Amino acid sequence: MSQIPAELKYASTHEWVRNEGDGTVTVGITEHAQDLLGDMVFVELPEVGDTVAAGDDCTVAESVKAASDIYAPVAGEIVAVNEELEDSPELVNSDPYGDGWMFKIKMEDATELDSLLDAEGYNESIADD
Amino acid sequence: MAQRTALYDAHLAAGAKMVDFFGWDMPINYGSQIEEHHTVRQSAGIFDVSHMTIVDVTGPEAKPYLRRLLANDVDKLKEPGKAIYSAMLNEDGGIIDDLIVYYFNDESYRAIVNSATRDKDLEWLAKQTAEYDVQVTERTEFGIIALQGPNSAEILKSVLSAEQHAAVLTMKPFFGVQHDELFVATTGYTGEAGYELIVPVEGVVKVWDTLLAAGAKPCGLGSRDTLRLEAGLNLYGQDMSEEVSPLASNMAWSVAFDPADRNFIGRAALEAEKAAGPMKLVGLVMTEKGVLRSGLKVVVEGGEGVITSGTFSPTLGVSIALARVPATVGDTAEVEMRKKMVTVKVTKPGFVRHGKALVEL
Repeated sequence: MSQIPAELKYASTHEWVRNEGDGTVTVGITEHAQDLLGDMVFVELPEVGDTVAAGDDCTVAESVKAASDIYAPVAGEIVAVNEELEDSPELVNSDPYGDGWMFKIKMEDATELDSLLDAEGYNESIADD
Repeated sequence: MAQRTALYDAHLAAGAKMVDFFGWDMPINYGSQIEEHHTVRQSAGIFDVSHMTIVDVTGPEAKPYLRRLLANDVDKLKEPGKAIYSAMLNEDGGIIDDLIVYYFNDESYRAIVNSATRDKDLEWLAKQTAEYDVQVTERTEFGIIALQGPNSAEILKSVLSAEQHAAVLTMKPFFGVQHDELFVATTGYTGEAGYELIVPVEGVVKVWDTLLAAGAKPCGLGSRDTLRLEAGLNLYGQDMSEEVSPLASNMAWSVAFDPADRNFIGRAALEAEKAAGPMKLVGLVMTEKGVLRSGLKVVVEGGEGVITSGTFSPTLGVSIALARVPATVGDTAEVEMRKKMVTVKVTKPGFVRHGKALVEL
């Protein structure tokens, strides 16, 4: 049974989103996603300052198994990326909801958060996998 | 339902993630395949390879039968226990399987063949017996454990008497000797020192647990694949198949053309190919971010080829691959990666041996 924190929002493409309450969100991939991908070997992050639309592929998570696109769950500007992942991509496996975060977005429209899944909805979506 | 080895419950107890591997339920990893990889390079790991097929070849004409069947020549084997690696070819020179065959005497040999090819191998072996006084017997009453890594010799003490252990330490590579219930062979698939142990099924769990207690860590098929690829060892179905010859698979060294009058199956086709200048299997190293994957197109001097196996090399920290390319290949190649062409270095197909890099980055 994979861990799905109740306080986070989720995209059906396996990203989690934490509302930081200051107009920004932090994004990573779920415990379930990292388990499917296996050991992470490279994470190609976006550039700080990039503008993304919801659904844009903006990060590549490359594991021993496959390269996977990670999508921006909401539109906005990339205001931070997790540079630790450059040397320690395994943080995505060991702490997907903490030190394995990927990037922060300054949201254009905070109401976009409402269209994301809650923990229960995400849990149902992966039950069909 | 998938077949299970005698160690199935032991794998689950150790937290294994199980996958279907050609009809067998096998552990892919026990958490992190990269950690397991480093364990084998730095200390010692154990792999359950009981899914592999053991075939004994016995009878008055065992030797002439194997000299016809295999591209390598079992006549090289003079010392009991000595083994050779060989391809088993079809008439077109394509590889039906690769195998290791141990010599006990001129009327008794033991071959270890791949599990994924078991059915067609047994069929082929049986078909070729027609003109020989020989018996081919599958031995399903054994499990196989591979103990691999620099600490293997020390850990092996736990399952042998002092006298047996001393004898094992004097064994050269590619030898197998029976010690009571254990057949101990100095073989492996990782590029490290190590042993493969053939154990009666009822004793497999005990040997596995004893090796764990002595400090070996369980390792799955995921790390087995990255270890063999770093070592430049082919995987059947990836780097070789019935569509390609050993000459195009970095296995020319294992084809015995001498003596010229040994008419092994596939010989005529290989001789024709040798004259034509075949494709060859090379190594690729990519220092840019990303992972080379099997199936990707490779552009080299004189034509195009394809990656047959690719992975991230945990030891080197970059991606490596085996690729089949025209023999005209130069020092670099271009690989099509996610819509862009990336220049990679062409190397010999072998990247790491005994924990040390064989290629410059």
